[in-house]
Amino acid sequence: MGQQATDSIVSTGDTRVTSAVWHVHLAPAAGRADRRAAALAAEAADLHLATDLQVSTARGFLLQGELAESDLQQIAGSLLAEPVVEIARVECVSGDHPDPACRSDEPVAGPDGEVVVYVLPKPGVTDPEAETALRQLRSLGFGVQALRTVRSWRLRGLTADQVTRLATRLLGNDAIEQVIYNHLVIPTLQSDQTCPFELNTIPLAAADDAALQAISRDGGLSLTLVEMQTIQQHFLALQREPTEIELETIAQTWSEHCSHKTLAGRIEYRDEAGVHRFDNMLRETIFAATESIRAELGSQDWCVSVFRDNAGIVEFDEDTCLTFKVETHNRPSAIEPYGGANTGIGGVIRDTLGTGLGARPVCNTDVFCFAPPETGPEELPPGVLHPRRIMKSVVAGVRDYGNRMGIPTVNGAVCFDWRYVGNPLVFCGNVGTIPRDKSFKEPQPGDLIVSVGGRTGRDGIHGATFSSAELTEHSEQTSGGAVQIGNAITEKMVADVLLQARDEGLYTAVTDCGAGGFSSAIGEMGEQIGAVVWLERAPLKYQGLSHTEIWISEAQERMVFAVPEANWKRFDELCRSESVEATVVGQFEDTGELHLVYQGHTVGRLQMQFLHDGRPPVVRQAVWNPPPQPAAPLAFPESVDTGQTLRQILACGNVASKHWIIRQYDHEVLGGSVIKPLVGVASDGPSDAAVLRPKLDSRRGIAIACGLNPGYGDQDPGRMAASAIDEAVRNCVAVGADPQRIAILDNFCWGYTDRPETLGTLVRAAMACHDLAVQLGTPFISGKDSLNNEFSYSDGSGQRQTISIPATLLISALGQVDDVSRCVTMDLKSAGNPLYLVGRTRGEMGGSHFGLVHNWIGGEVPGVDGAEARKVFSGMHAAIQAGTVRACHDPSEGGLAVALAEMAFAGGRGAAVDLESVVLESCDPQDHRGGDLFRLFCESNTRFVCEVDREREAGFLACFSGLPVVRLGEVTEQPRLVCRGSSGLLLDEPVEELKQVWQAPLDWQ
Amino acid sequence: MKPRVLVLRSPGTNCDAETAWAFEQAGGDARFEHINRLMENPALIEEYQILCFPGGFSYGDDVGAGRILASQVEHHLRDVVVRFRDAGKLVLGICNGFQVLVKTGLLVPPDDQGLPVTLTWNNNGRYTCQWVNLKRISQRCVFLQGSEFLYLPIAHAEGRFVVRDDEVLDGLVEADCVALRYVNSDGSNGCVPWPANPNGSDDNIAGICDESGQILGLMPHPERNVDPTHHPRWTREEASGPPDGTTIFRNAIGHFAR
Repeated sequence: MGQQATDSIVSTGDTRVTSAVWHVHLAPAAGRADRRAAALAAEAADLHLATDLQVSTARGFLLQGELAESDLQQIAGSLLAEPVVEIARVECVSGDHPDPACRSDEPVAGPDGEVVVYVLPKPGVTDPEAETALRQLRSLGFGVQALRTVRSWRLRGLTADQVTRLATRLLGNDAIEQVIYNHLVIPTLQSDQTCPFELNTIPLAAADDAALQAISRDGGLSLTLVEMQTIQQHFLALQREPTEIELETIAQTWSEHCSHKTLAGRIEYRDEAGVHRFDNMLRETIFAATESIRAELGSQDWCVSVFRDNAGIVEFDEDTCLTFKVETHNRPSAIEPYGGANTGIGGVIRDTLGTGLGARPVCNTDVFCFAPPETGPEELPPGVLHPRRIMKSVVAGVRDYGNRMGIPTVNGAVCFDWRYVGNPLVFCGNVGTIPRDKSFKEPQPGDLIVSVGGRTGRDGIHGATFSSAELTEHSEQTSGGAVQIGNAITEKMVADVLLQARDEGLYTAVTDCGAGGFSSAIGEMGEQIGAVVWLERAPLKYQGLSHTEIWISEAQERMVFAVPEANWKRFDELCRSESVEATVVGQFEDTGELHLVYQGHTVGRLQMQFLHDGRPPVVRQAVWNPPPQPAAPLAFPESVDTGQTLRQILACGNVASKHWIIRQYDHEVLGGSVIKPLVGVASDGPSDAAVLRPKLDSRRGIAIACGLNPGYGDQDPGRMAASAIDEAVRNCVAVGADPQRIAILDNFCWGYTDRPETLGTLVRAAMACHDLAVQLGTPFISGKDSLNNEFSYSDGSGQRQTISIPATLLISALGQVDDVSRCVTMDLKSAGNPLYLVGRTRGEMGGSHFGLVHNWIGGEVPGVDGAEARKVFSGMHAAIQAGTVRACHDPSEGGLAVALAEMAFAGGRGAAVDLESVVLESCDPQDHRGGDLFRLFCESNTRFVCEVDREREAGFLACFSGLPVVRLGEVTEQPRLVCRGSSGLLLDEPVEELKQVWQAPLDWQ
Repeated sequence: MKPRVLVLRSPGTNCDAETAWAFEQAGGDARFEHINRLMENPALIEEYQILCFPGGFSYGDDVGAGRILASQVEHHLRDVVVRFRDAGKLVLGICNGFQVLVKTGLLVPPDDQGLPVTLTWNNNGRYTCQWVNLKRISQRCVFLQGSEFLYLPIAHAEGRFVVRDDEVLDGLVEADCVALRYVNSDGSNGCVPWPANPNGSDDNIAGICDESGQILGLMPHPERNVDPTHHPRWTREEASGPPDGTTIFRNAIGHFAR
């Protein structure tokens, strides 16, 4: 087959060539569209790199091996080229090129004015497609020794400078890829690197403070001076110097990324109420809230495992529990957004697989923070990627990993702020199900330490310590090794065998290899026992790794199991049956020591106790200074066109439709979808939360939502935190989740927390989290933080500039639904049904989107009355359970006006409402115009807009006895949003136009 | 005895559980087998009446969607599958399974110029998840008996059905091998612009059956519309009859239960 593609594609003259390198070039066949070219031309125009780009593209493979012409014909034509639409061509690229100047690192145009740009992964960078192709070709008997993918672009009519900028900004990423211009000359794809054994010790005993700091800095260890001094003292007492691998192990274990030493450390916090000393800030705020909720619940406690495992675990039904974890993957995503997001989602899925004895992933979440995509390229600081490129690559990274894993990505948010320009934030979450009796693990002395899944390579060296440091414009060069590409199918294969092995009871513990690699995974698993590790046994992607590199590599898709010796044979057989590699790399032993051996040499011997408890306590200072309050009440801008304001807010990136992202994710795989991310008559309205059934034979569901309001944090981080919790919880409640069964997660992403003012805002947020969680009875079950998110660079005049991200707290919520058939969506359903507003509206416009679009700063940030919120949530749930609610949506960004508009256009209906009856608290009752602006656009928390079944109005109202609830108007057949207030007609907008305004900003092609 | 369904797993298969569930709900007895087992022991297939290639990303869709698994089936199992069909049994390929079946040549056999059809990148160049309206075309296809319109979701990047030339297309139409077409929401055919035709498939083709009518491949996912709460508008519309996806599974099981 594939004859058309193979006609005279190879012309070697020889019948057999010895181990040459061949380039199989696969281009669109004549008359077939070149979509990559069209996409590139559009991108280049967007980034002002070139207009009207003339380009043709090809994908391809580099093959090395002993291949006859007939082999190449068959490989290229019938195995690699897509039938019908592609045409293949093969050339040898290992021989000398007739013109030695032809291959160049400079984009010199040929005589025809064309430049060809080839981009291929750097040696050692994961190349999943090449790995698969290599295995398949070998299994068919072809003598292929090495294989790599390559992409190529033929560009016309550009200057050398334009080509270079295209190549570096769009075609390749220097962190992981190499660019070759004009002609490929590749003598070999094979590396013959070796790494002779060498036992390095680090002389600490005689080092002074400056030398200690230099050792930490030069080694990329991110250890503080006090920590270095502690290590020095420890080894002085042992009367020896540490080896390199020992120091690395300590650095990984003590890293911010792995130990959360700042937030779980001592903090002296000062605010208007005085000084408060924390011994362990997280434990005394976030964890403490959960403890007090669990104590109050007593025998009704539905938390199972919190803040101890890779994910939190709560009860779901009689046999099954739910796990939930949200990770951040910010630093890698700044440098290589595709790989960063890719491995971010891969990593959090491994957290689920490594929770208890292994949970089954059931859905993903993704939340991103970027600089605005319309930022002009000339406005960017040096060394950062354009936010539009970051966003596209991050979305592609989540898409390609999540979709391949077959896990629906069901909920998320995107937030835009200039201050994310050097530090984009990427949050990836995963929910899993686990049998109740598999929720805990305990490795036993004598168990084998088994590495399963991907092989170990040089990728991801120093990810844990890198992710704890500040980024600079040079990070791309210095930290490229910390960036990786994932291989989702390897992880999917691991997941498939893990769940079978779990159900057969073949192991006693499992965890994932994340930051810190084997060092963290084995170090943590063996913390209470002790372990010996034979490093040379770890299967490698390629030769040439030192024993230290093997130990700390963060190569992806690896899990570590504790397998009793008696079960090893069956465990190994199971893995082999699905082509998954499992290797014994060590054994847990009752020594209290971590003993590292390489080729028979002891290379490291550390006491588990020192490793895990030896970190010196540091008291950090935190201070909260409330921002000055304005002397006079804030006046609104002189003239405000309410219709225009509504349109502007709908078109804000934070509010605008995310369909371009959502539709790229498979949100229905696994067959449990109940409420999709986009809902309504045309499936394009923004759902408050996603609902799915994790067990196909049950009607019980889970609801997933999030809350994120960095806009409030500049004025009041405490209220920001409370608002995020309220938003996440009310989103779950809005679709029908039981408010007494919602678990939440925290992800703090902050600036440089060694600055007391910055840490102060974080502590204030954490204290607010504690208070509201307790008031609502909503436990935190897990969390993850990412600190020091600052970007520094030299500006045009040589001045050092630093951009700190806004204080950003993501709250993710996992709700439960008894019977999914009771769920409601936010789209308006039937004309004539009454519309109600539940909850209290206050004059809170601080940090609002009204302020954002009018460039108007000030006013009070929305707060939460926890006691009343609990009652409102409970009433709302009762009303939904009673079947009185046809549609429910929460006003958040843009307030009531945006909520009504979204409900109307999602339902293809109109609404006629009068806001005069909306009681406005803490405002001047005589200021009709100001009052109406508050009613339309303020973002007061704990509110719901409900379309009520007109036959069941009384039943609805009965659920809110003693609570603020007001009838606004009704649903209309005519699709217009008509809104009156005390100052007259406020809005009269065609719903279809509002929808277009909302969809347009991110309707990317 | 319940008809037995072999749901074939491979590295990267990910719609296996819900597909098996859909067959079970339709009265079948669905079992999973890994492609490695079937290649070791092709006789395994004889215990089954229905072979299903479910959705997913077999081998990561590396090289091309479904390509590697297709190559394995072609080299190790082609004759087995042909005999399976010739024995009156059924083969269903959903999404990635359709891509696999197309690339093995089991649906539309290769001619002297190679494979005359393929499934390639969507016109919009990216993975797309949305619901589509479909019209049943083939009168012969066992899986589609009794259905006229179906509303099902798609979720794929490489689902654009393309033919080499008009002659190939005419051949498929004449042989009654066009199983399903994307149609507009009012059911009309002919001009079906995006997003009703979500990927730009030639002649709006969403599914193909072989000349026996016993092998069906389709890009949409029938197993994702077998529960009343699967429908994207279930909170606003009353359901009329069983979910559309159930037809395909009930027809397959019913073919043997008769």
